[in-house]
Amino acid sequence: MSMMEIELPLLSDMPTIHDPHYDFEAYLDRYNLVLKPSIIDTLQINITKLCNQACRHCHVDASPKRTEQMNETTLRQILQILAKNEEIKNVDITGGAPELNPFFDWFVIEAKKLNKHIMVRHNLTVTFDGNPVTGESKRYLPEFFAEHNVEVISSLPYYQEYFTDKQRGKGVFSKSIESILLLNKVGYGTEDSSLHLNLVYNPAGAFLPASQQSLEADFKKELWQQYGIRFNNLYTITNMPIHRFRDNLIRHGGYNDYMEKLVNAFNPVAALGIMCRTIISVGYDGTLYDCDFNQMLEMEIQNGVKKTVFNFDYKKMLNRSILFGSHCFGCTAGTGSSCGGATV
Amino acid sequence: MNYYESADLKRFAEVGKFRKDLMDKFFDYYNSVTGVDGALTKREKALIALAVSVAKQCPYCIDAYTQACLESGANPDQMTEAIHVAAAMEAGMTLVHGVQMQNVLERMDA
Repeated sequence: MSMMEIELPLLSDMPTIHDPHYDFEAYLDRYNLVLKPSIIDTLQINITKLCNQACRHCHVDASPKRTEQMNETTLRQILQILAKNEEIKNVDITGGAPELNPFFDWFVIEAKKLNKHIMVRHNLTVTFDGNPVTGESKRYLPEFFAEHNVEVISSLPYYQEYFTDKQRGKGVFSKSIESILLLNKVGYGTEDSSLHLNLVYNPAGAFLPASQQSLEADFKKELWQQYGIRFNNLYTITNMPIHRFRDNLIRHGGYNDYMEKLVNAFNPVAALGIMCRTIISVGYDGTLYDCDFNQMLEMEIQNGVKKTVFNFDYKKMLNRSILFGSHCFGCTAGTGSSCGGATV
Repeated sequence: MNYYESADLKRFAEVGKFRKDLMDKFFDYYNSVTGVDGALTKREKALIALAVSVAKQCPYCIDAYTQACLESGANPDQMTEAIHVAAAMEAGMTLVHGVQMQNVLERMDA
């Protein structure tokens, strides 16, 4: 079926998860792709929906008004899973702004004791803004990250102010630059350092990212020349047609155009590298999902009973069937998209 | 219905309904020129194409190449400079004909 044959739906009729006009599993069938988990080497845990920012494209709908927090019992259970399962080598901590969970520092220290590689999805501005609820300062974060050899992964939608502030809010670009300079100062981002700072680009609108390699070269050149900033890698991520970004597309009449763009750019090679084949995503209440996007759409891993960190079984998780929806076209378009950037 | 419908851009290939061989040759050529990095990058080509689109005032092309510029990593500053190049060229091409006017003035001893 070509996109020309698709009869476009009325916006009010559009289902959130399985839109029959954009049937992901039909595309997998067409290319004879059976996507099963290959390994589980990463637990990506979403420990809070609280954030000091409220970005236009946030798939979590995070903001200063959100109250969801992972509690200590759940975090302790995750530490037990990490201790028992050597195959899980990476802990990817996300949110919201994960540093706004009251157990964040303790959890990083404990997970590090288990010799796990820790990645933090750090929004840069929280260092200056602090906790929007309690007012607690977060100025110590660069030193804390360095002390515990945390890999810092930070969103910077563009190397200029316009696209960045348009997407993440007024003043975010200049604050982000100051924050990266602090990370550079404690050793992040230089080639001979073990402290890795990776930046994340996502398009400032309903279009696909340019090639990761060319954008990384642009970012490195411009950020160095303009601000004396260094970083390791740039990850390009496609905007997912869910939640806040999807709502904006529908409001401006661009939802179907964007979905068509994603579907027309379906790349079977990129599909083979999608992140749900190697990670498990954990919600703030301990529920397990195939990825952070499925988590936000409440597509829980089931296999008979609801799966949580409290009944986690590595082998069962490895043999599970991944749940797909129309949003998955976002991960398979062009050169692919994952939390680690392009997949091709 | 308008003469220009944005949805018609997706029907471009239908021009090959008759003499498909000619349209195939065109698309082959077109994609070889615009769709790959060469001595010029895809981004540079997209910026040139955007400038030409605006100068020639083709709404389909402006739509397509605004998107192509963004998807090749260009930013609004670069895109705006590109269309200023087109505008400056148009102005220059108009003004340079002033020499023709001068020639006529001289010939008429005016």
